Amino acid sequence: MSARFVRVAEAGRPTFNIVIDGRVAQAAEGDTLMVALLAAQDALRDCEFDEGRRAGFCLMGACQDCWVWTAQGERVRACTTPAAPGMSIVTRNALAGESLWPRAQN
Amino acid sequence: MAARAELKVIVIGAGPAGVRAAQTLVAAGLRPIVVDEGRRDGGQIYRRQPESFKRGYETLYGTEAAPAAALHRDFDALRSHIDYLPDTLVWNVTPKAVHLASGTRYRELAFDALIVCSGATDRLMPVPGWHLAGAYSLGGAQVALKSQGCAIGARTVMMGTGPLLYLVAAQYVKAGATVSAVLDTSTFGQRVRALPDLLQVPATLRKGVALLRTLRRAGVPVHRGVTPLAIDGTPEHGVEAVRVKLASGSELRVACDAVALGYHLRSETQIADLAGCAFHFDPAARQWLPEVDQDGRSSVAGVYLAGDGARVRGADAAERAGRLAALSALQDAGVATPDAQADAARLRGELARYTRFAQGLRQAFPWPAHFAAALPDHTVVCRCESITAGELRRVVRETGATEANRAKAFSRVGMGRCQGRFCAHAGAEVIAAEARVPLEAVGRLRGQAPVKPLPMALSAAASGIDEAQGACCAKEFSV
Repeated sequence: MSARFVRVAEAGRPTFNIVIDGRVAQAAEGDTLMVALLAAQDALRDCEFDEGRRAGFCLMGACQDCWVWTAQGERVRACTTPAAPGMSIVTRNALAGESLWPRAQN
Repeated sequence: MAARAELKVIVIGAGPAGVRAAQTLVAAGLRPIVVDEGRRDGGQIYRRQPESFKRGYETLYGTEAAPAAALHRDFDALRSHIDYLPDTLVWNVTPKAVHLASGTRYRELAFDALIVCSGATDRLMPVPGWHLAGAYSLGGAQVALKSQGCAIGARTVMMGTGPLLYLVAAQYVKAGATVSAVLDTSTFGQRVRALPDLLQVPATLRKGVALLRTLRRAGVPVHRGVTPLAIDGTPEHGVEAVRVKLASGSELRVACDAVALGYHLRSETQIADLAGCAFHFDPAARQWLPEVDQDGRSSVAGVYLAGDGARVRGADAAERAGRLAALSALQDAGVATPDAQADAARLRGELARYTRFAQGLRQAFPWPAHFAAALPDHTVVCRCESITAGELRRVVRETGATEANRAKAFSRVGMGRCQGRFCAHAGAEVIAAEARVPLEAVGRLRGQAPVKPLPMALSAAASGIDEAQGACCAKEFSV
């Protein structure tokens, strides 16, 4: 799947692995989760209200369009969450099944 | 009158206004609390990249390198004199207290004075297809580059109007990203008519001209006076092209994989609203804004407003408004500071010029209110819940709901996860046009706590600034 974001600066940073829909992808140190996801594919999530995919909008925590689900069932805002080694993110509802429901943290 | 060391002042926001407000309070011998949603200071305009990134100020901020460096340096110097709470959302304000959330931790802090420097986000006008993946706000496109070293696409179109349109396009070009076109809805004539006001701050005007030169040199097509028709693409893979009607009347289609949209800025006013500040309709800006006097006092005693969150006048004005609001807070609390009166008088004089400049910008890059009435019925107005202009119009016709909050209740436009930030202005224009009432009569969406979605479970932190002990309590909010 082709990337949406194009890295144009800050090349050569150390990388680490994250998992997107069960596939391994590379993120760079300093990436937000949103950038790590969109440097690997062209969308972040399925829209709940139409058949389209969504890829975020404001990148500053105002629109909430970039909320994604972790494989553990937590919801995180991708534009303000740093990517971290071992993160596993589900961007397709069909793959998530019943684990998609939110679980209270703590 | 509190002794100065005991006076509790909370500054919300660590952008240009918030940093200068905090600095002014520290200079007067106070130890303010600075609460900011960002992980680092600088706000949006002077947003700092992650610590490990290496680009210099010139690369990151271009013509704004000097003020960005100064603000960051001064904030770094303040750190040991303030209590700084980054990565923390103010989600509610009650009389004399703010309610904070950071991660899953919750805390309430009392204040004697509150200085709200909540900033601004892009003002958006819908266009068919703007809900597709690959459509971003102009501010978002800038954040991607500045704070993450990324372009939002391989071939980006910038569309809308306002200074940010040209700034972001020029920044993309300089970073080596491909800008396929700049499509401006305002005209050259509007720019010329705004010149007397724009000449109030000639340095900024010159920077604008330089941006245009950068684009021209890079061969980026710039079209003025366009009417957006649609963003084309597919639900699965998003944006493929942008279509506009040119000033000449012919249609232009620009192939691209990303588009950045924005029509200047809108103030983030939810916190002022929750603090109980009175609002008034500003006919020139066609929006409701909190009432604020020239020194930053709101209608509520002890609550002060500064920066773009109160009035969109830009970063230079925000720095001055932040200082002035802090001086007002000090004066009202009876804290005497040397030279306060002379400083306030100078700041007022400088702000008057920025106020006229901002008026010039509104004239040069006007909000295209008339587009709202012309939006095709199938256009999504609410991106959060995919609600169309046609549905909103049907609600207005069939229920007679012409007041913003009633129309929201029936249509759900404004009820989604962005809480109206990106649809409320255009939605109000659609309602006004359909009901044939003045925009003012539609009113404004009431601020609601929490101002942004919160985690389902929050644990209470002790009221102390540093400790995070405390019993667990679950608070639930519908999002």
